[in-house]
This record gives sequence, structure tokens and C-alpha cells, in this order.
Amino acid sequence: MSGSTIIFYMLAALTLVSGVLAVTTRQIFRAAIFLLFSLIGIAGLYFWMQYDFVAAVQIVVYVGGITVLIIFSIFLTQQAGDLLPKPTIGRQIFSALAAFCGFALTMLQLYHHKFIGTSEAPVLPTVSNIGDRMLSLGADGFALPFEVVSVLLLAAMIGCIVIALRSKPATS
Amino acid sequence: MMEPGLYHILFISAALFFIGVFGFFTRRNLITMLMSVELVLNSVNLNFIAFNKYLWPNKMDGLFFSIFVIAIAAAEAAVAIAIIINLYRSHQSIDVERTEQLKF
Repeated sequence: MSGSTIIFYMLAALTLVSGVLAVTTRQIFRAAIFLLFSLIGIAGLYFWMQYDFVAAVQIVVYVGGITVLIIFSIFLTQQAGDLLPKPTIGRQIFSALAAFCGFALTMLQLYHHKFIGTSEAPVLPTVSNIGDRMLSLGADGFALPFEVVSVLLLAAMIGCIVIALRSKPATS
Repeated sequence: MMEPGLYHILFISAALFFIGVFGFFTRRNLITMLMSVELVLNSVNLNFIAFNKYLWPNKMDGLFFSIFVIAIAAAEAAVAIAIIINLYRSHQSIDVERTEQLKF
């Protein structure tokens, strides 16, 4: 067993174990920290697959941005030391059953399916290749989705400001 | 213990997806539900990257899909947290059972 295999299984265990803990722990702050570790594990898997750019984006956006946002909103909305209410046993059983059945069905389909890939020469996911492809107007370029996503981000940002504005009390 | 390949990564991403679904069903707090949705989105990204690497390495479509999914997920998280904080301001609670009216 090579070192790469050992690293893969360690990253997989980190991702899955902290993912399970993030959805089952009853302390909301710990749930956020376990989510952080799960996201770091996924970034490690991207590094393991040698997709360095996506791994860096994952760390910057998810680990650095979204988790910090979630932790701040926990500080703003939760009382310190409160445990989350325990879900009813019926709901727990139903959810576990639904998740397990879906997982079993997916894995069954997956192992009966033979994937056929291409044998053409690979394009390495280097940053210069990604940049060329993202801004090219050709047949396999992504200039239009890039522009659409930037407009969407702008709209979401303005929407956030409008939603979070404290409305003035009606005094008239 | 085999050499890890496409099926191993698909196993991880399927497991992570259904962990997120389980969390979404059981949690009743809006922030923890948002965390479950983040897990689901990440499993989808992992799937895109794995298919790109192991099946079609001559194209970069999967990579671009995952980058755009990350961008949209960031916008979604920001809007969701703005809504959650606004809801807390008006209801003093972010439990989905206690927020039954749309207009207040």
C-alpha cells in the first residue's frame, strides 16, 4: 500500500466522520467546527486529485468565507450554552431510513454501471489553462457563464444589503 | 484496501450527499439546515471533479461546473444568512416550527 492510498483513506475518513458529527451533534458551535473539518477534508481530496486551483478556491471560499459567516450568524442568533432540541425519535428513524435507502440504491446502481471514459490526451488543470478557457469566446470557452455568474453575485450582494437593512419604524 | 479510483470518490460523495440529506430532515434550526445544504453542494462538486479527472481529462467542463457551483453557493449562503438574521430580529427564534406566517 503506497503513501498516496493511505493519505486518500485518511482524507476520506476525516471528511465522512466530521460530516456525520456535523449533522448529529447537539451543540451548534461544534456542528460549525465539524463542518469546517469536513470542508477541509474535501479540499484535501481535491489536492489529492491534483486539482490545485479548485482546492485553493474551496479553502478560500468555503473554509475562509462561508464557515466564518455561519459562525458569526451563530453568535448573533444563539444563546451561549444552549443545546439544540433533540429531534423526535420518529423523525430520526424516518430520516435515517430515507437516507440509507437512497444511499443503498445509489451505490447499487453505481456498481452495476461500467463507466467508459475517453482515451484522448488530457488537458492539465493548470491555472493558465483554466484562465484561457474561462475567458475564451470559442466553442469550449466559458465567457458567457462567467459574465452571468458575476451579474448573479452582484444581484445577490444587493439583495443581502436590502434584506438586512434595518427598516425604520413607521413614525408618520 | 485497493488503489483508490473513481468508485471510491463516488462512494465518498454519495455518502456525504446522504449525510447532508439526513441532517436536512432531522434538524429544525435554520443555520444547521443551511450547513446540511452546504454538505450536499460539496458532494456534488466532488462528483464533478472526479468525473472530470477519471473519465474526460481532455475537457475541463467538470472543473468549470464546480467553480460556478462554488460561486452560486457563496451567493446562496450570503442571502440565506441575511434572511436568517432578519427572521431572528422579527421572531427572536430561527426554529422552522416557530416561523409559520409569511407576513407579520
